[in-house]
Amino acid sequence: MDLLLQQIINALSLGGIYAMLAMGLAMVFSIVRLINFAHGEIMTFGGYGIFLSMAFGFPPLMALVVGIGAALFMALAMERAAFRAMRGADVVSLLITSFAVSEILKVLFQNGISARPVPISFPSSWSGTYQVAGMTIGVGPTVSILVTLASLGLLSFVLRRTAIGLSMRAAAEDFEMLRMLGVKANRVVSMSFAISGILAGVAAVIWTAQRGSVDPMMGFFPVLKAFIATVLGGLGSLGGAVLGGFVIGALEVLTQAFLPDSLAPYRDAIVLSAVIAALLVRPDGLLPAKTGTRS
Amino acid sequence: METVLETSGLEVRYGPVRAVRGINLVVPKAGITALLGANGAGKTSAVMAIAGVVPVSAGTVSIFGQDMTRATPDAIVRAGVAISPEGRRIFASLSVEENLILAGAAAGTPETAADRRAALMQRFPILGERRRQLAGLLSGGEQQMLAVARALMSEPRLLLMDEPSLGLAPQMVDTIFGIIEELRAEGISILLVEQNAALALEVADHAVVLANGSVAASGAPGDLAGDDVLKSAYLAA
Repeated sequence: MDLLLQQIINALSLGGIYAMLAMGLAMVFSIVRLINFAHGEIMTFGGYGIFLSMAFGFPPLMALVVGIGAALFMALAMERAAFRAMRGADVVSLLITSFAVSEILKVLFQNGISARPVPISFPSSWSGTYQVAGMTIGVGPTVSILVTLASLGLLSFVLRRTAIGLSMRAAAEDFEMLRMLGVKANRVVSMSFAISGILAGVAAVIWTAQRGSVDPMMGFFPVLKAFIATVLGGLGSLGGAVLGGFVIGALEVLTQAFLPDSLAPYRDAIVLSAVIAALLVRPDGLLPAKTGTRS
Repeated sequence: METVLETSGLEVRYGPVRAVRGINLVVPKAGITALLGANGAGKTSAVMAIAGVVPVSAGTVSIFGQDMTRATPDAIVRAGVAISPEGRRIFASLSVEENLILAGAAAGTPETAADRRAALMQRFPILGERRRQLAGLLSGGEQQMLAVARALMSEPRLLLMDEPSLGLAPQMVDTIFGIIEELRAEGISILLVEQNAALALEVADHAVVLANGSVAASGAPGDLAGDDVLKSAYLAA
C-alpha cells in the first residue's frame, strides 16, 4: 500500500512535468505549426537561471522565480530571433530551424558554462518527508504535484476566461481566420511562446529541485518524452497534451517500479510499444485536436 | 466611377504553381461585383491575397485608393475590409457569441464591440437565441449567417464574400442572398465570389470571369449571362 501510494505520487509528479512541457509544445504547434525541438533548451536555460542566481547568493525561492523568468525570456527571444522570420514556412523548414536553435544553445551551454552537470543545492528541508496515516510521503514530489496542478489550473483559467485566452483557443483552431478578423498575429504568437516558456520554467524548477543539478542536456530528454505525449494525446490538442503527459509519466513510473529486473533494459521499448498500440486504435490521439475545415 | 478595390497584375504563387496570373480587378463603390469562374480558377486565392493572408507574389492591391499590397491582415481589416471566407470557417469549438467577440478586435473600444454584437444579434435573431451554443452545432445556413455577422463586426466598407451559397439548401441560399442585397442597400461594396454563376449574375451590378488564373471577361451581368466566354470558363477547368 505504501509502495503503491509512493508510486502514484511519483507518477503524478513525473507526469506533471511531461504534461507542462507537452502543453507548451502543443500550444505553440497548434498556433504556428512549429514542432519546437528547442523547447528542451528553454527548460535547460531556466535551470541555468536557477543555478546562476543561487551562485550569486539569491535566496532559493527568488532563484526559482529567476529560473522561470529566464525560461520565459528564452522562449520569447527564440520566437523573435529565429521563428518570426520563418512564419508561415512549411512544417519541415520550421522543424529544421528549431533543430538549429537547439544545437546552437546546447553548444553555448557546453562552452559557456560547462559540459558537465553543475550542482544546485537547495535547502535540505525540501528533500524531507512527512507522514500521513502511517505512510511516508516526500515533500518534493508533493510540492511538484501541487505546483503542476496550480500552473495547469491557472492556464486553464486564462484560456477559458480571458480575452487573450479566447484568441488563443481560436488561433489553435484556425489562426488564418483569426487574423482575417483583425487580430494581430504577433500578439497571439508571442503569448503562446510566453506561456510555453513559463511552463518550461516551472518544469525546470521542479526538475532541478528533485535532481539537484543542471547540465546542457537537462531539458532534452524530458522534452523528447513530452513530444511523445503530444502525439499520444493528439498533435495540436491542448487537453490531449496534458493527458498524454500524465499517461507517459505513469507508464514510466509503473514499468520502473513493477517490472522484474531482467526486463528493465526494455522499459522504454515497453512504454513506446504501449504508445504505438494506443495510436493504432486511435490514430488521431487520445483527445484529437479540433481544427477547422482547412489547415 | 469611384472604386474601392483595384488589383493590377495580381499574382499568387504556391511554390511552382501560379494560382493567380496577373489579374486586373476593379470593384466599384456601392455595388455587388461578382467574381466568377470554375473550381481552381484562382478566385479564392485572389480573395485571400486581397485579405492579406496569402502573400502577393507580383502586382499590386489598392484598397480605397491606398496601396495595401504588403499590408498585414489586421491593417486591411482596419482599413475597412472584412471577409466571409470560403467554407465559412467559423470557430466550431467556440460559442456563437465568442465568435463575434473575436471579431470585435478592430472595433475600437470594448463598448463599441459590445454594442455591435447586440445589434447583430438583433439583426440575426437566430444568432441571438443561440449565442451560448457552440458554433459548430449551428446548421450550414446559420453558420453562414454567423460568418456574415462576424464580418460585419468591423463595420466594413468592402465585404469579400467567398462562396456564401456553397452547400446550402435553396431556401437558405435565398435568405443569404437577401442579406447580401440588404448590405448593398446599406452602401457596403461587395465582392461576391460564386461558383453558381446564374445566381450571382442575378444580383450583381458588375461581373468578372476568371479562367486559369486570369481575367477571361468582364462587364455588365446582362451582357455576360449566356455569353460564350462564361460557358467556356466553366467548361475549361
